[in-house]
Amino acid sequence: MSSEHVDEISGVTTTGHEWDGIKELNNPLPRWWVITFYITIAWALAYTIAYPAWPMLSSATRGVLGFSSRNDVKNEMAAAEAAKAKYVAAIQSKTVSEIAADDTLREFAVAAGGAAFKVNCVQCHGSGAQGSIGFPNLNDDDWLWGGKAEQVQQTITHGIRFAADPDTRQSEMPAFADVLKPEQIAQVSAFVASLSGPVQDQSLIEPGAKVFADNCAACHGENAKGNRDLGAPNLTDAIWLHGSGEAAIASQVRAPKNGVMPAWIGRLGETTVKELAVYVHSLGGGE
Amino acid sequence: MLDQSQVERLEAEAVNSAKTRQPLYAARKKVFPKRASGRFRQFKWLVMAITLGIYYLTPWLRWDRGSFAPDQAVLIDLANRRFYFFFIEIWPQEFYYVAGLLMMAGVGLFLITSTVGRAWCGYTCPQTVWVDLFLVVERAIEGDRNARMKLDAAPWSARKLFLRVSKHAIWLIIAMATGGAWIFYFADAPKLLGQVVTGTAAPIAYLTIAVLTGTTYVFGGLMREQVCTYMCPWPRIQAAMLDENSLTVTYNDWRGEPRSRHAKKASAAGQSVGDCVDCNACVAVCPMGIDIRDGQQLECITCALCIDACDSVMDKLGRERGLISYATLADYNANMAMATAGGTGPINPALVRTQSGSFVDGLAHFHLGKIFRLRTYIYLGVWSAIGLVLVYSLLTRERLELNVLHDRNPQFVTLSDGSIRNGYTVKLLNMIPEPRTIEVTLQGLDGGEMSVVGLDQPASRSFSIPVEPDRLKMLKIFVRQPADQIKEPVQSFEFRIVDKASSESAEYTASFNAPEKER
Repeated sequence: MSSEHVDEISGVTTTGHEWDGIKELNNPLPRWWVITFYITIAWALAYTIAYPAWPMLSSATRGVLGFSSRNDVKNEMAAAEAAKAKYVAAIQSKTVSEIAADDTLREFAVAAGGAAFKVNCVQCHGSGAQGSIGFPNLNDDDWLWGGKAEQVQQTITHGIRFAADPDTRQSEMPAFADVLKPEQIAQVSAFVASLSGPVQDQSLIEPGAKVFADNCAACHGENAKGNRDLGAPNLTDAIWLHGSGEAAIASQVRAPKNGVMPAWIGRLGETTVKELAVYVHSLGGGE
Repeated sequence: MLDQSQVERLEAEAVNSAKTRQPLYAARKKVFPKRASGRFRQFKWLVMAITLGIYYLTPWLRWDRGSFAPDQAVLIDLANRRFYFFFIEIWPQEFYYVAGLLMMAGVGLFLITSTVGRAWCGYTCPQTVWVDLFLVVERAIEGDRNARMKLDAAPWSARKLFLRVSKHAIWLIIAMATGGAWIFYFADAPKLLGQVVTGTAAPIAYLTIAVLTGTTYVFGGLMREQVCTYMCPWPRIQAAMLDENSLTVTYNDWRGEPRSRHAKKASAAGQSVGDCVDCNACVAVCPMGIDIRDGQQLECITCALCIDACDSVMDKLGRERGLISYATLADYNANMAMATAGGTGPINPALVRTQSGSFVDGLAHFHLGKIFRLRTYIYLGVWSAIGLVLVYSLLTRERLELNVLHDRNPQFVTLSDGSIRNGYTVKLLNMIPEPRTIEVTLQGLDGGEMSVVGLDQPASRSFSIPVEPDRLKMLKIFVRQPADQIKEPVQSFEFRIVDKASSESAEYTASFNAPEKER
């Protein structure tokens, strides 16, 4: 079908293609369209040369521009690290108290420490650091091992009763179930509860005080104010790690729970531990 | 069974039947507007000078705001989220002032359109102004209408190439200056100019210049009247805005028709002859390339250059000006009725003239009173009301603000002495470019005391906090209340801030949470 055929109605040549008497007009495409089309082809070819594109046996062509999305991520991460470098360097060179006293550094450390807290600490201490039974509330002003920024840093670094760390904070309350008679346990529990609130049976308090002096004062102190060197809690305040009230106290006297916190220095490194210490210290209870 | 001739034939035709089908695409017919001169042309030069002057010069105006704020009179500081307009500084949350101005601009456009028609299109629209500017360049290089048409039709030669290259080069320079002026609204103009010239400005600055250079060149130089005809919505909206008392550029065919090139011959032959001599001067000067004698049409931007062209012809012929004039539809219709004897016959110009040739007394003429009608009063009222509300709100707005966010996790903390502590994030907004010392005080909440994180001071009911100029100061405040003072699980109290120097103040009612009592 090579002969030129002109459509009678429109006066346009046909392509010579015919289906059931329907012929295709050979209207040329607009020039701008054709040019754009060729440009896109040229663009596509150039693109496959410039960027990774053609699949080969084991990988793909790398492209002459050397683009790689992994490198992009790497560069972005490096840029983020570089942007933080000034603060990180300052945090590394200063003590946590100094960091907490510096407005800019504290703001940075609280943000960074808050992020690290949400990943590593919330599992036990809760998302608001409010703790729960057996896991201390970090917002309040009662500290088993000390609430100064350095002391918090020490606790996070080496953990509590964490066997794998030789420098861990170590202490253990013995079980008194076999040492004391049940009535003595009831007496001492009533005495301890009476230090911070009313108790039902006032008659238990006096004998309880004697049991306390004989058995408990060594660690918790004669006035039951606790001893931070041993992590022995203050029994006169309103804060109870393992629950308040005579029953909870009695249970803790019979068979004490001794909580464990891992040492974080190996996993998080010193900078993050410092940031965490500043963050915890900023929650409102820091000393 | 019916015979086929008995089947009724319906009178129907496809809307796009082959006989009457029109292509949807219309190739552009080139427009070569002739230079006009006259009152409206002069007014347009004046408007052009003012609008271009405002656009190019505004960023270079200075305004002293002290040492804590930029000294550029008009500045949109996106990086710091501030908008400066002479003595006004706007924070992002005060953007409603801009919204109010946009509403005023909208209603103002309605007001203008309902009175003097599409004056915006004809005189002040950037498209009109820049096309006018580009035409000045075109005329200076290629000559007026006839020379340009000749050049366009001529084959390519060294001269044509030179003229075309020079024209487009100057257009591009103007376009670049237009795009370049835009960016100075967003940063300190003198500093940014230095950066742009030395190549150290931000990439977005160059991108903005490039995009606006492109749009100015394409819209103002290449597309011109097509932007108004095809792209702009306003020609469509105007139909709803105009009424029979709005001024529009009108061809007064009640005195112009029947038009004739050979008036003397025709009138000698006893035919009635109008004032229009069919010289086409009105068509030649039209930047939209239309014929106003076809009546109102959406392509007409009412630039009034045809009035100038026609008036100068009428002057030469010794006839009254105003064959083409600003007239309202109501006046036009009244005069038209007079010229056609109430619509009973063809236009007869003799009906609107006395024996001596002057116009009869009963002709309708525009007078200023027609601007004041209910519709324009309403527009004016709405426009002024929005303006007054904005001004009032601007004069009475707070420049010291307080925002408080109550900690929700944990809602409260029990301290070792049994007292309860709540945490708050408190934001102090110092919205003036001066440093201030703000006193934060606790009101209510018996026995309550607060402490500020990072502030090495004992707990108290009041603190003095220095706040940087034009900045927000965020404080973490802990409020604590002794156990025996707590009355309810949720108590209300106020944070109050005062600037002692200016005695400006703000209050925020916050709540204090405590555990539900078990008993």
